[in-house]
Order: sequence, then structure tokens, then C-alpha cells
Amino acid sequence: MRRDSGGRIDRSRVLRFTFDGRELTGHPGDTLASALLACGVRIVGGSVDLGRPRGVFTAGAEEPNALVRVGDEPMVPATTVELRDGLEAWSLRGRGRLGPALPPGGARPVPGAPSGAAGRPGTDRSPGAAGRPGAGAPPGEPRHDKAYLHCDVLVVGGGPAGLAAALAAGEVGARVVLLDDQPEPGGDLLSSRVLLDGGPAPDWVSSVAARLAALPEVRVLSRTTAIGYHDHNYVVAVERRGGCRLWHFRAGRVVLATGAHERSVAFPGNDRPGVMLASAARTYANRYGVLPGRRAVVFTCTDSGHEAARDLAAAGVEIVEIVDPRRDGSLVVGTLADREGALAGAVIGGAAGERAAACDLLAVSGGWNPAVQLFSQSQGRLRFDETLQAFVPHLSAQAERSAGACRGVYGTAAAVADGFAAGSQAAELAGVREREVFRVPECDEPAQSPPAALWTVPARRPSPDRPAGAAGTAPAAPDPSDSTAEAAHGPGAGGDAEAFVDLQRDVTVADLGRAAGAGLRSVEHVKRYTTAGTGAEQGKTSGATAVGVVAALLGVEPGQVGTTTFRPPYTPVAFGVLAGRDRGALSDPIRVTAMHDLHVARGAVFEDVGQWKRPRYFPLDGESMAEAVERERRAARTGVAAIDASTLGKIEVVGRDAGEFLDRMYPNTLSTLPVGSCRYSVMCGADGMVLDDGVITRLAEDRYLVTTTTGNAAAVLDRLEEWRQTEWPDLDVSFTSVTDHWAVVAVVGPRARPVAEALVTDVDFADFPFMTCRESRFGRVFRISFSGELAYEINVPRWFGAALWEAALERGAVPYGTETMHVLRAEKGFAIVGQETDGTVTPQDLGMSWIVSARKPDFVGRRSHSRPDTARPGRKRLVGLVPDDPREVLTEGAQLVASPGGRRMLGHVTSAYPGVALAMIRDVRAGDRLFAFDARRGCEVPVTVTDPVFHDPQNARRDGDPPDVRLEPVRGYGARSALAGFGGRFAAAGSCGAMIREVPLVPMREARGEAPVEERGRKGLRLGPDWWLVVGGRLVAGGPPGVDVSGQRAVVRLSGPRAGDVLMTGCRIDLHPAVFTVGAHTRTLLARVPVVLHRIEPDAYLILVCSSLAGYLAEWLLDALEGL
Amino acid sequence: MSARAHPDFLWRNPDPRPSYDVVIVGGGGHGLATAYYLAENHGITDVAVLEKGWLAGGNMARNTTVIRSNYLWDESAAIYEHSLKLWEGLSAELDYDLMFSQRGVLNLAHSLHDVREGRRRVNANVLNGVDAEWLDADEARAFCPILEVGGHTRHPVLGATLQRRGGIAKHDHVAWGYARGADALGVDLIQGCEVTGFEITGGRVRAVLTSLGRIAAGTVALAAAGHTSVLAARAGLRLPLQSHPLQALVSELLEPVLNCVVMSNAVHVYVSQAHKGELVMGAGIDPYTSYGQRGSFHVIEEQMSAALELFPIFKRVRVVRTWAGIVDVSPDASPIIGTTPVDGLLVNAGWGTGGFKATPGSGWVYADTIASGRPHPLAEPFGLERFTTGALIDEHGAAAVAH
Repeated sequence: MRRDSGGRIDRSRVLRFTFDGRELTGHPGDTLASALLACGVRIVGGSVDLGRPRGVFTAGAEEPNALVRVGDEPMVPATTVELRDGLEAWSLRGRGRLGPALPPGGARPVPGAPSGAAGRPGTDRSPGAAGRPGAGAPPGEPRHDKAYLHCDVLVVGGGPAGLAAALAAGEVGARVVLLDDQPEPGGDLLSSRVLLDGGPAPDWVSSVAARLAALPEVRVLSRTTAIGYHDHNYVVAVERRGGCRLWHFRAGRVVLATGAHERSVAFPGNDRPGVMLASAARTYANRYGVLPGRRAVVFTCTDSGHEAARDLAAAGVEIVEIVDPRRDGSLVVGTLADREGALAGAVIGGAAGERAAACDLLAVSGGWNPAVQLFSQSQGRLRFDETLQAFVPHLSAQAERSAGACRGVYGTAAAVADGFAAGSQAAELAGVREREVFRVPECDEPAQSPPAALWTVPARRPSPDRPAGAAGTAPAAPDPSDSTAEAAHGPGAGGDAEAFVDLQRDVTVADLGRAAGAGLRSVEHVKRYTTAGTGAEQGKTSGATAVGVVAALLGVEPGQVGTTTFRPPYTPVAFGVLAGRDRGALSDPIRVTAMHDLHVARGAVFEDVGQWKRPRYFPLDGESMAEAVERERRAARTGVAAIDASTLGKIEVVGRDAGEFLDRMYPNTLSTLPVGSCRYSVMCGADGMVLDDGVITRLAEDRYLVTTTTGNAAAVLDRLEEWRQTEWPDLDVSFTSVTDHWAVVAVVGPRARPVAEALVTDVDFADFPFMTCRESRFGRVFRISFSGELAYEINVPRWFGAALWEAALERGAVPYGTETMHVLRAEKGFAIVGQETDGTVTPQDLGMSWIVSARKPDFVGRRSHSRPDTARPGRKRLVGLVPDDPREVLTEGAQLVASPGGRRMLGHVTSAYPGVALAMIRDVRAGDRLFAFDARRGCEVPVTVTDPVFHDPQNARRDGDPPDVRLEPVRGYGARSALAGFGGRFAAAGSCGAMIREVPLVPMREARGEAPVEERGRKGLRLGPDWWLVVGGRLVAGGPPGVDVSGQRAVVRLSGPRAGDVLMTGCRIDLHPAVFTVGAHTRTLLARVPVVLHRIEPDAYLILVCSSLAGYLAEWLLDALEGL
Repeated sequence: MSARAHPDFLWRNPDPRPSYDVVIVGGGGHGLATAYYLAENHGITDVAVLEKGWLAGGNMARNTTVIRSNYLWDESAAIYEHSLKLWEGLSAELDYDLMFSQRGVLNLAHSLHDVREGRRRVNANVLNGVDAEWLDADEARAFCPILEVGGHTRHPVLGATLQRRGGIAKHDHVAWGYARGADALGVDLIQGCEVTGFEITGGRVRAVLTSLGRIAAGTVALAAAGHTSVLAARAGLRLPLQSHPLQALVSELLEPVLNCVVMSNAVHVYVSQAHKGELVMGAGIDPYTSYGQRGSFHVIEEQMSAALELFPIFKRVRVVRTWAGIVDVSPDASPIIGTTPVDGLLVNAGWGTGGFKATPGSGWVYADTIASGRPHPLAEPFGLERFTTGALIDEHGAAAVAH
């Protein structure tokens, strides 16, 4: 029932909402729970196992009963839902529901309906049993995002202690963030009638809030719940703001001011709708202007219960009786129910026997539990305080301090004083030197006396003939005035079996008793045996009571039992909030080559290779994959074709000891490679197994270019760095990734030369032997082949890649993708790392004994090659397979057996194309007949073992056809920047305080050396120890050697007053202008992409990002701007 | 309420005796199963299980309870399939409802590479007598109707392997079933008893030193999962193990929505819906080594992003609890079972991210190894020697979690 006045609600406006289809109203300022209570709704759901009716029990996030479906939200506490117009809510039976909305009746317990009807997952496979995506899908999804922020002092909780702490730290100049989970700060003061300095407490709150708002370095976040306290003062919080923002704070000091949770007492029938925590009843009366009942019994072990009784009385609730065991030992020993199972009265036991008192509200205060969840998450240690009868913080594990009620300091004035002390200390420890003295306001609260140590009301007499769970079917409620003690409990009263410890999981004192009787001594075991504390409230209302009951059962102190482990999140958090914007196209970074847009325009079908998108084939109109691949293959074998090979990893290895280093890392000898020559190699792990392969070219005496497979580029670079840094720091060698700097077009086929000659006009192709490299003013050309045909791999800086590709195609090269590439190399018997190999294959197994130097003293993997199992005969090795039917395509992954029906596996098919396949098999020789087993096909295909080289075993085709035409030579290539396609969208997006522009085509070089690299006053950006990036300009002559990386990175300029707000949503570093100053730069992650971030003006940043990831980052930035 | 799912009595809480024939170090699933099979299969009941904390409170209490046997290599398939066959009779054997539910396990393929490897594994499984099927994307969607396979997702589902006999069980029930069985056969389960050292003379272990005093033992069998390397170091052994945090989480209770187990190695997600109704999900391992049973929050965030690509319907489901266990990963992602250079000291470790499913089989072969003093045939390939000979059993591809 709504009071006529009072509370922090706006009675001038009416909000309409529905609950289980009933049309109801409330006001701004209401929660769904307060509005339901105001409308007289007492039963808000059924319990999960027993199906007992349940009502609103708390006024906060710890609510165990009032979990309802709201709109599409499957299950949320009604106590945390701010009422809004048009809200639709349904009751539940302890389980959330996805997909279609509930019927108007909701899931409230129906009298007479069998309980425990909820089905078990996994037992029904009919389509109806599983929700379908899209069913009942909402029109618009809320937009969730993330943010990262550093501060000196993070204060969690905006009650009296938290406000005081934030003020004390903020007024001396500390960078402070204050989090509070309510729409407005104040905490318990919003529910209180105490006077501070003679005025209402909310006035003091307002004055503090105003002072905080005036401090530029203080940020107050309302509707924000800290959910996780991780190592190194890393605190994660959820802010509800339309969608949700997942905040990540890195704090110098943390002040926890999280308050305390009131607890109940486990007495029979303590779960009926109408039984409510005393502090909640007071909150509904004072803050929401709602009478949670008309006639109340207050059952309290604490002084705060009396305060609640005074406040309820002042609001107009008739206080029938205050039962305080501290006064006379009297207890509430049972409850009476009305027809629906809601509270009709309380049974009070005392020295004089038992009597019933009619009431519709039973306000219970069993004591207070400091909210130590975050403290415990931070690895802080608790102790049990005998006076407070509660677990309180004991030893901190991090730079943290608790203040106020969350460390057992109760009372408003004491909490404020503790908050001031905590805030001042935190600021000082965080390095702020100012001191200021803060005055604690005068408060009219009486002094507090200790609570009673009461966890459960001793069971008097179980009634086994009355099954628990039948309370909902009670006949007419007995008239309490003439009921006997027996009748007072009503049907279903079961003593301990109806004395609930965990309302959400229907765990009773009897259940805890069974657990102890089973031999369980650990509270963790008891939790698992009974499920107490495993619900969405994670023990906030149940945990301490369970510990107290278990301690009593075991005859020990609660402190000896201890608590279960507190884990994140503090309150439940939706999967979608944790995912933030990392959904759909932004769920994982995408890498593309300089030619990507052209491939898309040509209708390429792509495959994912790591994060890269690679064209798999280029179908013409109506072509199947097989037809397209055959056409592409024919072009490469008989004419000329081209593939975009830009994705292969490329690393420049530079230094006096580059050759020596590579000799140690690869099994063959590379120090003897002549300048300008190429050599194929494989990289082995320490276990001798093949990890990667590629071609290594000596560019100069002290300079090599190493290529890697597409998927392993980063892993190989890591590996090179790790071995150099940890094993051979004395070697003079450095590594520079140039994967994104070069765009690569391989021109392949017997007629490749005229095309290559036209594309690269300054190289003498007549004098260009196989496995050599030529420098050109356009870039470099490598004469290497992955197909057996004449091939030139033309490398140009990425800016020119698109033009090169188009020029090649204009001159007759047929574009082909990875599928044809795989066919061509398989026909030639070339293994692919990761396809023929699986981490168990040595170079020798691949038939590459020739690559393993017998002369070198050592290299990574050498020792393992002589281990007994690695050196034994009979290992699987690479062979070819030919099916009897030349059109047959074997199944990649088919297992090979010696005879039909055989089960002993000799090996498996690693690659298969029409008529040819590669396999890793043991104990076979060419000509052997085997059977390829594929369970899916349900047959065994006969095959013949062959040499793996199917095509041109004599390498006669390597030099191609004699050039007989001259094609139109290319005079130059037009440059295209990585983000050329984004200009229009960038321009259109710049109206919200931040704007994005590409800074196109900036020359860059990476250099090594101890001293800062400088040219024309332009200082190199330090990327790491002895590692510099020079942006713009060129290196000074005579300076340290450098590597041209102009194409490696794209440059984005982000500017405007809200540029920092954009970066904050995806960059984890401290961007505060005093820390990341103008002119500063750093390597960091932005949107999970590695970048160099350079602050060039107070509100302008340059973002240097790998070219292949630039498009992804641009999409991310545009999306971020949309969310501003 | 769920207390009624359990027996009235589970185990005694005895004080340790001064000496036992066999001391098992580690009261997790594997240690308890080992104790049970030692007593049940081999009649060896003078056994103590020493547990530092509370029984089955390590990885047994923290895993996501996926059970399957569809491993690639013959040696792995043999031991995991032995385990699965034991699972199929375990509730009856232990007279405890383990809630073992063979609802099927899907392993998703997101790339052509995944497809090849998935098919290879299915074919190997079938030839090894392990049930396995290859499903194309539509079939995978038909089997798991809420799975998003579509081409517009960042990593579309190209197919999946299915083991229909795979599924889940309730981890506590399993551990407690073994514990109750072992206790009833006379095994002493001793909690709060940390092994702080070993008494080794003449190359043979004679006793363990514990927080409750010295306990002599004929055989000492380590079964301490992520903390095995710490224990072994106290016996002077350096094992090829790395311990990493592996995180998992549960949601609030939901009405039935997911009918099978879905695993995706490529995007680091595995998920099932437990009997009570909560979604149980695991992530990829945290990359750093640690013994702290907690992980990095961003791993959870990334896992959620990946999970929502597969199951958009879960976007409003709420996480109620996250945690981590410590997984002991060997170089080839296969376990280490057998003797050590110290006589009488045996090791069973390295189960990494997949130990739960192996609990019955691991206990079975370890008990046999302890009883006979030589490796059980199924355990033989998993000896420590393989790291010297090079006869590795590389299951990185088949492990549920990308290492």
C-alpha cells in the first residue's frame, strides 16, 4: 500500500506496468519490488524445488525470492529493477526463461499443482524443449560497451562511509572514482530518518554530492556495481546506462565501503510472503513511501530492528509486537499462512509458552553481515567477530582498506568518520601530499548494543506426517486468536524442514543437519551437499546463517567453520555485458590484404586462416568450386595465373650475427647462403618436430628475409625473440616484422615471365635463376615456386599492392585462391605445415632428410632427432596416394588400413584432390594397395601408394615457356592507403565531439640502436629496448641500419574533446593528461589490436596500426563514435 | 533441498594411523577413485588418502564435467574409452546417482583445418571402437537447435564431430561416491592433512611427512593434479608439467534450453546445461603459470564474446559465479602415469584440462599399477620415459582447450 506522502518517489507521475499480465502502476523512483508491494502484490514467485509461494524479502541486490522475468531479461531481482513505463514482468519458479515470453499467468505457484515439475535439460530432444534463437527476439538490442580507467583512489559504495572517503580523497586532489549501485548516492541514508547536523540525512548527502561534483578529478558513477576485485587492484564494475558499460579500474588504493547485509533467522515458516528483513521493510516505508504491511511483528536480535519498528510505526504500520530474544528470550517459532500461503500471523514462543499474533508483516533482523565479498575476492582474510557475531575483514592482501559497515563499524557518525579516515589515508598512500581535516556531522542516533547470537530457532517437534511444500494448499488460515500451538504452524509445518536458511535454493536447517550427519565437516561440502549459497544471491542472505547453523551442529564456533570462498561476480552479470561490443564483425579482429576489396569485388569465396581472410577461389558466373579450381589450376599449369600471397609472414633478420643465429634456429645452413639467394627451410621445435616452414633469402651480408606460414607469423617471431633473448643475448641480431609492409603477388605458370617482365620493368629476367631474388625500384622479386611451375613472387610496399594485382590480371594472369594453390603444391608433393604435419612429424618423416645438416654442431631440435622414438624405423612418412578412379576425391582425414574391414590404422589422408592425395603412413612402399576408411561415406576406397611427387618429378617445367610476347610494361603503380575506402564514413561520423581521419601514406622506418634516432628534429618513437620507429622523413645517413616499414602501419588521427572517451572504451593504459602527456607515445592494445598510440595534442592522438588490421580498427572506431 | 539427492552417510573422519600399505596424496577424484579400486579390485584396504583441504575440493569441484572418449591416438582412445565404459556402469557400481547423462558431445569445426582434423579423429575413433560421427553444419544445427552456424558469424560452424555416448555427470556425486565406497571398504580419508615432505632412504620412499605428523607407507601414490610438480619437487623430482589456471563459470538456473554438450576448441568455448538448470561453461587456459585458483577476467570476457557468436540466445543470461582450477599440462597434453626414479613413489598427473572424464579409468589403472608394481597395460604408454625416448602422445589437437 502506498503512503500518502514521504519517500523519494515522484507521485506526480504515474508509470504503468504489468505483472503476470495484471496492469499495475507505480511512480518514478520506484523499483519493481516497491511498486509491487505498493500495489499489494505479496506473492512474486514460487520457490525452485518446493514450489512454495515467496514474496519480496529484501530491498537490494541480495534478493533471494523476487526474481522475475522483465521483458526479455530471463531472471532479474525485482528489487534492482527501476520501474519504467510499459515494463512487463512475470513471476518465475526459480529458473529463468529464455526465448518466448511467459503466458500472462506467469509461473506463480498454482494451488494444487504438483511441485518439482520443472523438466531436466537434456532429457527431451524435441524441438519444443529447446528455445530457438530469434523466437521472441527483441526489436533492438541494448548497446553494451567497456571502459578502462586508472585512478588514485577507487571508492566502492556511496553510503555515508563511501561518500566521506571520496570527499576526503577528492578534496586533497586525488583522482577519485566513486561507485554506487543505486540511482543516487546515499546508501542507507536514503532509507533513514536520522538527522545529521539537525537536518535530514539526504540533505547531507546532497551537499557532499555537490562538493564531489565540483571536483574535476572526481568521477561519481551511479547505478554502477563493482562485481570483481582482482589482483593488482583491478576492479571490474557494471554501469547500467541504457545498455551496460563494463568498467575496468586500476586503482592506486581501494576503499571498500560496501555496507552490510541484514540476515534472517532460520525459524519454521520463515519463507512466507510477508516475512521480510527489517531493514528492507524500513526502506520500503521511508525511501519508497510504501507500507509493506498493515500489522507487523518485528523479530529482532539487533538494535536496528527496533529502529525499523520505530520507522514503520511512524509510517503508519501497526506494530503488534517486538520480539527480541535479548530482552526476555522470546522467539518467533512459527508462522501462520492465509489461503494462498502468505503470512497471516506469527507464533511467538517464550517463557510463558507460545501464542499467535495476527500480522501481515514479519520484519526480521537476525544481525548484520558486513559485505565482505569484494574484500574476500581481493584475497583479504576474514575473522569472526564475537561481539558483532559476524565475519569482518582481518588482513588485507592488496592496497585496500574497508570503511564503515563493511568492516563492522555501524552507526552513521562512526561510518562517516571511518570514511574520512579511509579516504585521507588512501589519498596519502596514493601519493597526494595535501592534508585536510573533515568534520563529522552531529548525528541523533542512539548508541548500539551488540546483537544476539541467534542463527536458528531450535526445532520443537517435527511433524513427519505432513509433507513439506504443501503450504500453498493450506485451507483457510486459522484465526490466530484462538489457534492452538499446533494449529499455529498450519499444515506443512515441519520444524527444521521448514526453517529456511537459503530461500532461493530451498535449503532448510534440516538439510544442513543431514549434511552434518553424513560426515561432512567442511562448509564447502555442506554447501555442495545442500546447494546452500549457490543461487544468484551467492549466499548474501544465506551464507552466514548456514555457517552459524553448521557451527551449532558441529559444536564449534562460526569462526572455526569459516565461510565458503567468495568469487566474482558480486552480482550476476549478463553474458552480453561481458562481451560488450565484441560481437558479430567485431567479435574477433579481421586481417585483410591490400587487394581485399578487389577480391570482394571479383566475387571471391573466402576462407579464414587465423585472423586473415584469404580468397579460397574466384568462381565465375555459375561455376562450382570444383569447376573454378580446375579452371584456375589449368591456367597455372598451362598459361599464367596469379595469387595474392601477401599473408605469408615476413620477418627481416638483421645484424652481424644474423647468419649464425639462423643456423642455430633452422636445421640447414643459412650462413653460407650467397647474397641474393633463397633457401627453403623448416623450423623445428625442441622436440624435433616441424613447426613451420618458409623461404629464407639473404638480402645483404647482415640481412635476411625469413618467410613463415600465414598462421604462424607471430608465433615464429615470438620464438626468434625468445631464443635470442633467453639463450643467446650475446648475438647481434634483431627482428622486424614486415608482413604488412609488403604486398605480394605470385605470378605463376609457364607463361609467367612476360607478365612479370611487364610488372617489374627494371629487372633482367633473362638472368634470373631459380631460388634467387632481385631488388627493383618497385620492390623485390623472388624466383621461387610453390607449384612446380615458373613463378615470380613480386613484393611491393602495401600501398601499391592493389595496383600491382590489377596490373597482373590486366596482363592475362588468372586469379586463383588457396584451394588451387593447395592442389598445385600437392601435385608437386609439397607438404603444408599444419596439414601434412600435426606436431608429430620430423623433417625426415617428410622426406626432407636433406634439409637437416649433419655438419652443424647444434640447432634447435637436433638432439631430439636422435631420440630412440624419433630415430626409429617404421615412422609414418609422407607418400602419395592414387585412387583407382581418377575422378575420385578421397576424404581428407580418412584413415588408411591394409585390408577392407581392417582396424589397424597405418596412417591417414592429409590432402586430397581429384585423383591425387598425400598421406602420412608407416610401413608402406610405392605400389602397396591400401584402403581409405571414411566412416561418413561408409566405405573403404582402394588406393595405391605412390611417390608424393605427381607432377614433373624432373623439375623440367620450372623455367616455363620461352617468352614470346612483350606485354605493355607498367610505368608505375598508384598508391592506395589502407583506409582509402573509409574517407566518406570518417567524414560523416565526425559530429559527436570526436573525429577520425586517416593520415595516408606516411613513410616509416624501424631502426635499432641505443641512442634515440633523430632526423631533422624528428625524434624516433621508442618501441622497445634499442628499438625505434621513425615516422615521416628518412634515416640519417650513417645512423643505425633500419628497415623500411612504410607499408606496415596505417596512421589514424583521432581528435576532438571526446577523443579520450573513445580511447577509454578500448585501451587499457592510463590516458590521464598528467600521465600520458602531450608528445608521449606507447605501444598498447586498442580494440584488441596492437597499436602505437601517440598523443600529439591535448585532444588529438595518432594511432599507428598494422595495415592489415586498419580496416577492423576503423570499423571499431566508427562504432565507438556511434556510441558516444 | 538437494541434500535429499545424497545418502545419509558419506564417510568417517578418522585420525591418521602411523603407517599404511599405501598412501595416496591428493583426495580429488583420481585419488579417491584410486583408493576405491585398490580396495575393491585388489583387496588392498590399508590405505590412506591424504587431502590438504577438503575432499574433492580441487579440480574435481571446479571442472565442467564433460565426459567423452573421442581422442585421436590409439593409446588415448584406449584409456579414455575404458573410462567411458566404467562411467556407463558407475552409478550402479557406487550405488549413487551420479547424474551421468549421455546427451552427446559436439566438437565444432570453424575452419577447413578443423574439418580435416575432426574427420580424421572421427575415423580413428570408429576404427578404435569409439562411437563418433561427423556432422555437417546443418546436421550440427539439427542436433543442437540453438546453435548459430550461419555464415554471417565471424567464425561460422563448418561441421562438428559428435560422440553420442559423451555427456556430463555431477562432479561432487562422483567424488563422494568413490569416497563413500572407499571409506566403507576401510580406506581412511584424512582431510586437512598436507604432505610437506617425503622420507626417502636408499632410493626408496619410506614415509610422508605431513601437517599431522609422519605417516609411513609402503607405496606413496601422488594424485595431486595441478600441485603435483610442487609435491614431486619435495621428493627431488622435476616433472615436465606446467600448472596454469583454467577458468569456468556458471549461470543462474534456467529452464531447459541446451540439450547437449558443445565444445569449440577454436574459439575457446565449451558449454552444457547442468541438471538443475545452470549453464556451465569453460574458457581457454590462462596463459601464465600459477597455483592461484583464480584467473584473469579478460579471459572470461573473451570467452563470452565467442560464446555469444555460437549462442546468441544466451546474451541475457547472467553469470553468477566464476572460478579457476589449476591444470597440470604436460608437453604432449597427455597424462603421466607410472613409476618414478624414486622406488615406491608413483605419479599420476598431467591430465591437464581433461581429467574429470578420466576419473574412473585413471583410478582403475593407477590402482592396478600400485597393486602390481608395474604399469597397467593401458597406462604403459603414458610413462615418464616417453619424454626421453620421444614416444610422445600428442593430443594438443584433441584436448578441449587450446594450449
